[in-house]
Amino acid sequence: MSSQIAPAFSLARTGRGILGSRYTPVLVTLALLIVMFLVGASRYRGFASGQVIANLFVDNAFLIVLAVGMTFVILTGGIDLSVGSVVALSTMIAASLARDGWPPAAVIAVVLISTSTLGLLVGLVIHYFAIQPFIATLAAMFLARGLCYVISLDSISITEPWFTAMAQTRIPLAPGLTISPSVIVAAVVVVVAFVVLHYSRLGRTVYAIGGGGEQSAMLMGLPVPRTKVLVYVISGFCSGVAGVLFTFYTLSGYSLTAVGMELDAIAAVVIGGTLLTGGYGFVLGSLLGVLLLGVIQTIISFEGTLSSWWTKIVIGSLLLVFIVLQRLLTARRR
Amino acid sequence: MNLTALTDLPKARLFWPIVTLAALLLLNVAVSPGFFEIQVQNGHLFGSLIDILRNGAPTLLVALGMTLVIATRGIDLSVGAVVAIAGALACTIIADSDAPGEVGTVLFAVTVAVGFSLVLGAWNGLLVAVFGIQPIIATLILMTAGRGIAMLITEGQIITVSSAPYKVIGAGYWFGLPASIVIAAAMFLVAALLTRRTALGLLIESVGINPVASRLAGVRARGIIWTVYVFSAVCAAVAGLMISSNVTAADANSAGLWIEMDAILAVVIGGTSLAGGRYSLTGTLIGAFVIQTLTTTVYTVGIAPSITLVFKALVVIAVCLLQSPVLQQRMRARRRPPGSRPPASADTVETGALVS
Repeated sequence: MSSQIAPAFSLARTGRGILGSRYTPVLVTLALLIVMFLVGASRYRGFASGQVIANLFVDNAFLIVLAVGMTFVILTGGIDLSVGSVVALSTMIAASLARDGWPPAAVIAVVLISTSTLGLLVGLVIHYFAIQPFIATLAAMFLARGLCYVISLDSISITEPWFTAMAQTRIPLAPGLTISPSVIVAAVVVVVAFVVLHYSRLGRTVYAIGGGGEQSAMLMGLPVPRTKVLVYVISGFCSGVAGVLFTFYTLSGYSLTAVGMELDAIAAVVIGGTLLTGGYGFVLGSLLGVLLLGVIQTIISFEGTLSSWWTKIVIGSLLLVFIVLQRLLTARRR
Repeated sequence: MNLTALTDLPKARLFWPIVTLAALLLLNVAVSPGFFEIQVQNGHLFGSLIDILRNGAPTLLVALGMTLVIATRGIDLSVGAVVAIAGALACTIIADSDAPGEVGTVLFAVTVAVGFSLVLGAWNGLLVAVFGIQPIIATLILMTAGRGIAMLITEGQIITVSSAPYKVIGAGYWFGLPASIVIAAAMFLVAALLTRRTALGLLIESVGINPVASRLAGVRARGIIWTVYVFSAVCAAVAGLMISSNVTAADANSAGLWIEMDAILAVVIGGTSLAGGRYSLTGTLIGAFVIQTLTTTVYTVGIAPSITLVFKALVVIAVCLLQSPVLQQRMRARRRPPGSRPPASADTVETGALVS
């Protein structure tokens, strides 16, 4: 297969100037985000307003949290296909407990503990049984979706006052510019993830496992087993947080919600410049990836005549562009 | 079905899949004693086993293509999207034609759908074989965009067709057997003969075991990889025709949803390693029927629909754990003196393609 690198390699050589920095993929995403926004602003009246930008965060807060968790997993070279189902499971747990009169704090605690435990189990299976992350998280996806059905086959709506308040509260930033509490939660998650990834031992180990392979990380004396399990716990925890934010967004729990959300999260991470082979990428890139997906959706909704399926086609094309870009970068680095 | 594949492979590889299938079938018989009965009505065969075969045919076809892709160290996530596209294309052509009941119209629609799947497969092959993109990512593109393409074809509607010849593919009968079984069996036999009676299977395995070494040995890895992705897409397209024909409608959103997962599970349950290399078509056959029997069992045993998926997930987890390299190693170590073989590597992300 190595012979197939040749064309990509020569292409990369010609593009060495632009592909020089390790921040290139993130900068490309940022540039694309700005270009897309300007395109939208020039085409549609009312697009270039602060509230449209704020709504990008409001509407995608759960996806941001999900993408952050996914970034940890992908940085170690793994993948977590279960996140969409786990979000659905979180909404079901939250909605059913809230219906039974549990206090909100307890509801959220139960959600986060159960999703983290599920992540822990997945991580343990992946590490100690040497099952590929793809298969293990696929089984977890079925299991979480199945547990949703066990809780209820029907949609459960949430009328609990605190949840309703969280859904309706708008925090004013400036005149005519408001965000929801979910945005603050998402921002905190992003900041914590950024600090952990770049300024902690755990973060360095995550990069080391994905970048150099487990063997070399192990030989450096890094706690590989613990970290490998921990990233799935983090992803499970983030899925739980995303699930809670999603209940704020929809005010209901439903078994069939968030189908395919794992693909959105993976797409955001890849578009944000993280290598799917691991070891290379930034959590802020994933944030930009989510925002880019959000801008595309906003443009499509502003356009009105374009149907929703164009979103999928555009996301697919963007994935293609970024994956080819990544390919050129890795070819250059080798 | 394929005797050479059965005798060539070590028996231990297919032991657990066969045990699982047998256990599931016995469970069914225990609950409903008439489970194995096959009746003949109007020259057509009817019975629970026939139902399992018929409903399992699309999964089997997709898993068949997937097996060869996985044998080259690849994976094809786009099959579900290809299923949707093929069904959408065929149904749209038939619905738009003046004579939907004509055999010619149906043949044209089927040819176009399968022909387009060649293009889709070639696209995946291009990304994997020529650009050297990781298969899981390369096919993720079509998995995401493909459903959009299918919806573009159907314009977001569910296209229903009333065409007798088209209905035959998924719900008709040939030689007393459901047509879908005949088609799936024929494609399975062709694949088995082509890969096991010629050197093709050997070449596929060599590309999967060590791409660099096989290239140095003169194997045209690029052509092989291209072939398996095209074959996988064609299998998925035929499965898509079956699914849409069975319900006489094309639903771009839900046709073939999760079929890639079922197919990958069928391959894994059948004992083919996701790390590439040696593969077993017979194993895949058993794996596909394990999954279909599991679904049928849920109905026969009368498990509440609310816990169906949990039940399925638990069985899948159990089978995966039983087949995990670590447990296999332990079992082997019990039979043999320890330290005879190092544990198999379980890296999903194959960096082999990047090492030059």
